[in-house]
Amino acid sequence: MSYSKPKFKESYGNFINGKFVEPIGGDYFENTSPIDQSFIAKYARSQKEDVEAALDAANAAKEAWGNTSATERASLLNKVADIIEENLEEFALVETCDNGKSIRETLNADVPLSVDHWRYFASCIRAEEGSATELDEHTLSMNIKEPLGVIGQIIPWNFPLLMLSWKLPPALATGNCVVLKPAEQTPCSATLLMEKIADVFPPGVVNIIHGFGPEAGKPLASSSRVDKVAFTGETTTGQLIMQYASKNLNPVTMELGGKSPNIFFNSVMEEDDAFLDKCIEGAVMFAFNQGEVCTCPSRILVQEEIYDKFMERVVERTEAIVQTNPYNPNCMIGAQASNDQYEKIQSYLKIGKEEGAKVLCGGEANKDGELANGFYIKPTILEGHNKMRVFQEEIFGPVVCVTKFKDEAEALEIANDTLYGLGAGVWTRDAHQLYQIPRAIKAGRVWVNCYHAYPAHAPFGGYKKSGFGRENHSMMLSHYRQTKNMLISYDKNKLGFF
Amino acid sequence: MPKIDITERAKTIVNQLKEKHGDLIFHQSGGCCDGSAPMIFEKDDMYLDESDVLLGHIAKVPFYMNQDQYEYWKHTHLTIDITEGRGASFSLEIPLGVRFIVHSRLLKETD
Repeated sequence: MSYSKPKFKESYGNFINGKFVEPIGGDYFENTSPIDQSFIAKYARSQKEDVEAALDAANAAKEAWGNTSATERASLLNKVADIIEENLEEFALVETCDNGKSIRETLNADVPLSVDHWRYFASCIRAEEGSATELDEHTLSMNIKEPLGVIGQIIPWNFPLLMLSWKLPPALATGNCVVLKPAEQTPCSATLLMEKIADVFPPGVVNIIHGFGPEAGKPLASSSRVDKVAFTGETTTGQLIMQYASKNLNPVTMELGGKSPNIFFNSVMEEDDAFLDKCIEGAVMFAFNQGEVCTCPSRILVQEEIYDKFMERVVERTEAIVQTNPYNPNCMIGAQASNDQYEKIQSYLKIGKEEGAKVLCGGEANKDGELANGFYIKPTILEGHNKMRVFQEEIFGPVVCVTKFKDEAEALEIANDTLYGLGAGVWTRDAHQLYQIPRAIKAGRVWVNCYHAYPAHAPFGGYKKSGFGRENHSMMLSHYRQTKNMLISYDKNKLGFF
Repeated sequence: MPKIDITERAKTIVNQLKEKHGDLIFHQSGGCCDGSAPMIFEKDDMYLDESDVLLGHIAKVPFYMNQDQYEYWKHTHLTIDITEGRGASFSLEIPLGVRFIVHSRLLKETD
């Protein structure tokens, strides 16, 4: 089976009020593929007036949509899931072309997981109920959940369809209308989805605006006509969005990345068995999705007694990673999503080396053969210490930094010596460590004897500067709703105060 | 010596942005996606306080970084450059099809 670049139209507008419309100013930007820098298509370069048009549509639709039954909304979410599933290969190809990741990942991870998130929230909203408490014999407290209204969502470029599928379903399931802005680097799959589901929701319920952050993202995030903003991205933009939200007294949820530790204790090497093999793979997970994952396990911490032997196996496994054309089903690691990422990663390789980190493998761009025109970085392992900048900053590339630790206390000290707290990995055969180490790590998701699994129904979100809010779980529903409390008296008698 | 510098081609972009937007500030971002990159905003767009460290002025624009992040960066000298690319943040140069980027080196005694 071999794949090639999918076909696109010449240009795409915004999806507003149930149909594709040209940007009001008539401007478009060119989108290219990081695989070879070839032209994909032109997408709308929206301005404030386009955002306002989308907000008009969403605000006009919110009353009726907010009053639909959970049954109806769930059924429409399931319909979207079915449509993505029926067109799985088409979505996977478009995603690979736009983002540069391998077709193996889009076929088996991005798109199937997206399908499942739509279904998960369809089932959540059907299964839940409100609450009522009899506070005393005459007084009932009843809690009814109501939608917030209109949600602004700004999503990143590393998993374009999947990030959309983390954010849209809970907002829609709870009866909100949405204006979503995909990252300008990856507008394709959101557009394809709107083409496929154009008639599923009533007009105005889902609106997609393309364009640049300062021109389209900022007017959306700062508008007084949105009731909440959900954002995945970096810290400075996160701060700005929270500032704008403070002017409107709006709630926000933020997912802002991490510098996740992946900890390997001595016991993993007690046997040379399937579990050790899994641990080696767990360490190499840093290369998954070219390292462009908020939870990239970008710091490997290995206990000193096994350090040399363990790292020898990790380096060997890393060197076996196949980096080739992402359309090739054998490709394990594709292209970085854009030139600026590619340049940024290389500047980190440079400062890492200058700070004294030792390159155990990789350490440079890959310009071999057909990769020459794309943005490819060889999977890289840097050995050093936790105060180096490469250990502290999110490189967002296939670059992992490794260091050793003496005991549990030192492992925890290094693991928690970071500004962030999104993910972490703990690998051990010791039953006590299995529980106690994860509890002591300041991160929202600790994978224990596994890594990079993102199933629906396991809450995901950050501690510290990684943000707040918990996605992928029914608890996300409460981030998109008000609680209406009705306090009802069944007492016929007055209080006697007046 | 200042701990921060800017290349000529990056300075040209800063001056172009000043003409359009007026007074500007740089703020170094952290975190995922387009993080770990400098962002440029209109002067009053971002709320700054004592938790933001002023590293110096480049092209007459002040460059700030959060104190927490600065603790891990303070032993390095930064040169702000420009490269082709796109970012999903609100940084003002993005519509020009370029992104500011940081080149770092260790501080020397002569700095």
